[in-house]
Amino acid sequence: MNYEQLIHETALADERLLVMTAENRALIRNLPGPLGPRFIDTGITEQTMIGAAAGLALRGRVPVVHALATFLTLRAFEFIRTDVGIPHLPVKISAFVPGFLSDGNGPTHQAIEDVSLMRGIPGMTVFAPADEQDMLAMLPAIWASPDPAYLRVNTRPATYQHTPFEIGKAEIVSEGKDITILTYGMLFEQALIAKDLLTQAGYSVGLVNLRSLKPLDEAAVLNVVKAGSLVVTLEDHFQTGGLYSILAELLLEHELTAKVLPLALKERWYKPGLLSEVLEYEGFTGQHIARRIGERLGGGAHTFGAKTKVVENEFAE
Amino acid sequence: MTTEKKQALSELALRVREHIVRLSTDGGCFTGASLSCADLLVYLYADFLNVNPGNLQDPERDYLFLSKGHDVPALYGTFAELGFMPKERLQNHLKSNDSIYWHPNRNVPGVEFHSGSLGHLPSVALGVALDARLRGQQQHVIVITGDGELNEGTCWEALLVASAHKVNNLTIVVDRNHFQANIATEDLIPLEPLAPKFEAFGAVVKRIDGHDFTALEEAFTALPFSPDKPSVIICDTVRGRGLPSIERRADRWFCNFSSEEITSLLKELHSQEATKLTSETLTVR
Repeated sequence: MNYEQLIHETALADERLLVMTAENRALIRNLPGPLGPRFIDTGITEQTMIGAAAGLALRGRVPVVHALATFLTLRAFEFIRTDVGIPHLPVKISAFVPGFLSDGNGPTHQAIEDVSLMRGIPGMTVFAPADEQDMLAMLPAIWASPDPAYLRVNTRPATYQHTPFEIGKAEIVSEGKDITILTYGMLFEQALIAKDLLTQAGYSVGLVNLRSLKPLDEAAVLNVVKAGSLVVTLEDHFQTGGLYSILAELLLEHELTAKVLPLALKERWYKPGLLSEVLEYEGFTGQHIARRIGERLGGGAHTFGAKTKVVENEFAE
Repeated sequence: MTTEKKQALSELALRVREHIVRLSTDGGCFTGASLSCADLLVYLYADFLNVNPGNLQDPERDYLFLSKGHDVPALYGTFAELGFMPKERLQNHLKSNDSIYWHPNRNVPGVEFHSGSLGHLPSVALGVALDARLRGQQQHVIVITGDGELNEGTCWEALLVASAHKVNNLTIVVDRNHFQANIATEDLIPLEPLAPKFEAFGAVVKRIDGHDFTALEEAFTALPFSPDKPSVIICDTVRGRGLPSIERRADRWFCNFSSEEITSLLKELHSQEATKLTSETLTVR
């Protein structure tokens, strides 16, 4: 089962579902035939596509819209906020190549403020699966929900067997006394490597795949904080407005403090290249993550092995 | 159109204009912009559209989207006269216990979608028109835009998509009152020649006098103009229509009159004798 098969199957079973795209068919190439008029391609028009999706949702449809994450969240932002957010319509936004997944496309295509923007819209839900298997586990609940939803599409192959999904619940991979890595999206894959390396080096390491940034699994995050280990927020997003900010807001609300190491992009765009090069250059491979955490703990002597092998993305239109 | 019908619509439009004037105080409203489309809204709701207080949830009703949200006093005046809302409710204008303010809000029965941010509703109306067609329904989906609003690129983007998808149940109506907000359209971002622009984007266009009920009837009853294209009706109108003292004035888009001025303006509506206004009491946004 892949994304296309799941949406195909769901649309056949539920006539409310409509597939829309602003001429970004990478995930849904084979659907125009089987879905007929329920496949609507508006051409390269992110704003108009979102407006039309709102009109369709007004009539009881559940439009699943597809385009590049950066253009949906930035160019069409006001349309999402105003046409989808204000009337709280169940438009489901499938945002392609978010964060580091736009690899070689350059800064115009880097959706690294998308979580910040989308979570700022009242009622909008925000999801970031770790890989394709995680995404397929998440989508049925997201599409069935009456809420508007933003999804950071991630079709990378799974390196971890995920547990069933429930909206607002994080996936606790492990609990640790020394370090807990909180992460979402494609960096989960590297976080797993970092966890293994740090564990081999003798640390007790926790790892949480948040899955949903809004609603946030506050109980899971508070448990990590109260356990007293170093909390690492790991994200392919600007440090401002993403997980680090979400954690800071939660801590303040509960009058708590914690040792926190933010691993995110600080006040700059990342250097474009193939995904493996991007992760290496920017310090987000499993090895780099382990090293950066080790340094923070005062154990800088660990080198954490050779360069990580990263499966390159297929060319994304 | 019969003389009797024309007379009835004119009397109704006059009462709607009275509501607009009464809303132009205690905080004010977009008076000039509302007066230009009062005749259009009266014709559509009183005579043309299959939408009334009894079928507001019927999926087969006709849809009207007011993309130029500034005109909402004209819409509320029409709603009050046609029984969509009690007339007394207009006294809640700008009060926190109601949803009646300077732009349309869906909490008011009859308002299909909120607006205010310009250039949005052509796309939303396109979505509704696409769904109506998917379900084999035959209703009209009409969106009223301002002419200044046409500066917004998404108006044209939505028309491109509507043309590509041969959406013949979508009609874009332009309230062509020749003003943006505080500046004449042709002095800032000229729109003319407007009809050929729409035609070049794939629509069939009719241009009429937006204050002439006979012309309105002839145009709207001819919809759709083509079996496989969206339709556009350009209504040439006068901003401030009905009140010579504010007609065609750039500085009478938003007005906040004193109660004395409201009394004079109501008199002016009936007499066509211009009221002398003290400009100090007017607010221009």
